[in-house]
Amino acid sequence: MIESLQYEFMQNALAAGLLASIVCGIIGVYVVVNRMVFISGGIAHTAFGGVGLSFFLGISPMIGALFFAIASALGIGMISKKTKLPEDTAIGILWAVGMALGVIFIGLTPGYVPGISTYLFGNILIVSSGDLHLMLVLVTVIVSVIFLLYKGFFALSFDEEFGGLRGIPTGYLYFLLLCLIALSVIVMMQAVGIILVIALLTVPAAITKQFTYNMKKMMIFSILLSMVFTVCGLWISYELNIASGATIILVAGVGFVISLLFSKRSLY
Amino acid sequence: MKKEVVRLENVWVHYNRVPILEGINLTIYQHDFLGIIGPNGGGKSTLLKVILGLIKPDKGEIKVFGRPPEKSRERIGYLSQYKAFDREFPISVWDVVLMARMGLYEMFKRYSEKDKKLAESALKTVEMLNYKDRQIGTLSGGQQQRVLIARALVSNPELLLLDEPTAGIDAAAQREFYELLKKLNEKTTIVLVSHDLTAVSVYVDKIACLNRKLFYHNSKEIRPEDIEATYQCPIELIAHGVPHRVLKEH
Repeated sequence: MIESLQYEFMQNALAAGLLASIVCGIIGVYVVVNRMVFISGGIAHTAFGGVGLSFFLGISPMIGALFFAIASALGIGMISKKTKLPEDTAIGILWAVGMALGVIFIGLTPGYVPGISTYLFGNILIVSSGDLHLMLVLVTVIVSVIFLLYKGFFALSFDEEFGGLRGIPTGYLYFLLLCLIALSVIVMMQAVGIILVIALLTVPAAITKQFTYNMKKMMIFSILLSMVFTVCGLWISYELNIASGATIILVAGVGFVISLLFSKRSLY
Repeated sequence: MKKEVVRLENVWVHYNRVPILEGINLTIYQHDFLGIIGPNGGGKSTLLKVILGLIKPDKGEIKVFGRPPEKSRERIGYLSQYKAFDREFPISVWDVVLMARMGLYEMFKRYSEKDKKLAESALKTVEMLNYKDRQIGTLSGGQQQRVLIARALVSNPELLLLDEPTAGIDAAAQREFYELLKKLNEKTTIVLVSHDLTAVSVYVDKIACLNRKLFYHNSKEIRPEDIEATYQCPIELIAHGVPHRVLKEH
């Protein structure tokens, strides 16, 4: 592993893994405590439509995915706040329609379309410097917004009604949180892929939730845990020459099972 | 003449075109301890939310401390129904209570010493200061309710609105809880909503019956016909005699 770090692709992969860990540690805690796992899955899968459109238009897939992810985040927010349509119905529809759009656009793109599986299952070994710069920008945005509005998001998560009564703009914060989830999905897309994003978003927070009830500690330990998962996964996938994204997720899954053995809370 | 705290005039609220509140007229005075009883779905929670300005009436006037309700929220403490939040949420008792000191501008700042002092004294009032580092879900139902009362008390509200505060609490804890309210009532106007008539009637000073329409005589007296209209079936009431008499002798 150490000697492999002399290669630029390995350095980039490691940097991408660590950046992704920061967002999944922080945003993952909100996703878990607010029970927004299905919403996050919906946002991630809708982003595939953007990947397809980007291939069709010949632009960077990250840009298209970002646009679709934000649009689906706002769409889900609008549907759940402004209409009486059940939220999970709306998410299910967006989820599948986004994927279908991606497939159609890729079909319409002339010639061979390379690396579709990269976006579905992730390939952290082909992260370019350009991708890394975009990831760095997104991570900075996410971390700053959370840092600035931590108390507001805390109130939103614990007791939205009470927060609203105290003058917290919970409606806007909810939309903002959905957008932050969308940005996180894009940061993590290269590392683990659209389909596997939910696992990396939920596993570290689900583990730390069993051991602390302090949300800030949950975030810090979730970041550290997901760094361990990504680095271990990267190393195993390099040594055994197997898919990096799937390996990272499997390591996280094993970590979750082990955590259950040490859990202080009874889960049944 | 006692000061008016809340005044509703001919307030109507509909949900999906079905009326929830029909022409409510209600005046609540300073130091009232008002119990509002009625069947589930009778509009009790809706009425509290109207007073908080969370629900806008389709028709009618509402004034709280002489102003529109959303302008008076600073002066109101509110305890929502028991099921309102996730017991597994990673939050300590201390942070639950401090949340009452949040606001649009405070959101960007750390809690001040004053905030912490207020939270501490509110927890002392409900005798829960020793539990301040516990996760909220590890407390018993009665203890959780005390913490939520503390949260409603932090900003020294002049009006306290309680929605089914004794649901899921055993009888002994309920009695303690009502004794606490009685003490708080010396300084605060209290409106308590419940579907449990007998428990409420012992402690409150005034009772109103609500089932879309409100029956209220600014006293603790309820007429049998009001009860029947509220619950829409004859209910056998036992008048306990002094000092807990609810029904007029008949």
